[in-house]
Amino acid sequence: MYQPGLFASYEAAPLPLHAPDGFFSLPVAVAGYVVSGAVVVLAARLAGRKLQERTVPLMGVMAAFVFAAQMLNFPVAGGTSGHLVGGALLAVLLGPWAAVLVMTAVVGLQALIFQDGGLVVLGVNVFNMGVLTTLGGYAAYRGVRLVIGGRRGLLVGGFAAAWLSVLASAVAAAFELYLSGTSPLAVALPAMAGVHALIGLAEGAITVAALSFILSVRRDLLGMPPARSGEAVSG
Amino acid sequence: MGKRWWIVGFLIALAVTLLSPLASKSPDGLERVAEDKGYLDKAKAAPYHLIADYVFPWVPNEAAATILAGIVGTVIVFGVVMGLGYWLQRTARRQARS
Repeated sequence: MYQPGLFASYEAAPLPLHAPDGFFSLPVAVAGYVVSGAVVVLAARLAGRKLQERTVPLMGVMAAFVFAAQMLNFPVAGGTSGHLVGGALLAVLLGPWAAVLVMTAVVGLQALIFQDGGLVVLGVNVFNMGVLTTLGGYAAYRGVRLVIGGRRGLLVGGFAAAWLSVLASAVAAAFELYLSGTSPLAVALPAMAGVHALIGLAEGAITVAALSFILSVRRDLLGMPPARSGEAVSG
Repeated sequence: MGKRWWIVGFLIALAVTLLSPLASKSPDGLERVAEDKGYLDKAKAAPYHLIADYVFPWVPNEAAATILAGIVGTVIVFGVVMGLGYWLQRTARRQARS
């Protein structure tokens, strides 16, 4: 089972949150394909109806940005790195369903072309990084927006969505590792949640920075009125 | 940024890939936990390699190979998602008409 070549490649470029084949059992991998497949089909139907002229290029640009940003691993603590997932940012910008489609395309192409994340466990990786982060992140974002409005609500909601989405991904991965018989829950859960609670802070910071940038150059893309005084927002 | 805002956005994404050689080489969260808890060796190698681990093959300079992999990936991801988006939009409109 041990493959020295695999370790050698870790030295060159670390495999991100994307799990390689072998981490999850076959039943968990199949369940991943079934659940993610169903969500993607639903997302395609719901997103298709809402796509406007402006949304499609925004999907393309954000997909390109998330892919590029995911290559930038930043050091976290104790010789560990993390990178942007981007699901929450996409959900705030594009709505949950288009965000599911974009994340699925990114994670799928990473596995197919860059051998980043296994092909057998692709359904599970799409669920963790593409479904949970977008739908969960969007729910968290809307929750914050109910309490805080305007520009501040958008940024606070974006940060909360980003942090929670990374934590949800990590907790889901811990459960999947446990169900696969790879690692006991008492071991995987605190370890995964602990590291990703830190990585999530960076996810939140990058998400807020990206949203602030878009607010300053094209606030209409975020559903904000062009006038600076306007506070009525539909995210 | 006017009507061609998305070209600017795409250029920003391409610019981000130029930073990729500076990325941390440390194992990420999932991998670090796997290593610490002793199940990293369960990882199986991919059945084939195209641009494995974001290093473009046949390019001797690793930084250049990483940037090239990033640029190729960014262009492909952009193209695939744009194609997908317009296809979905067209399908939804056709269904709405019928």
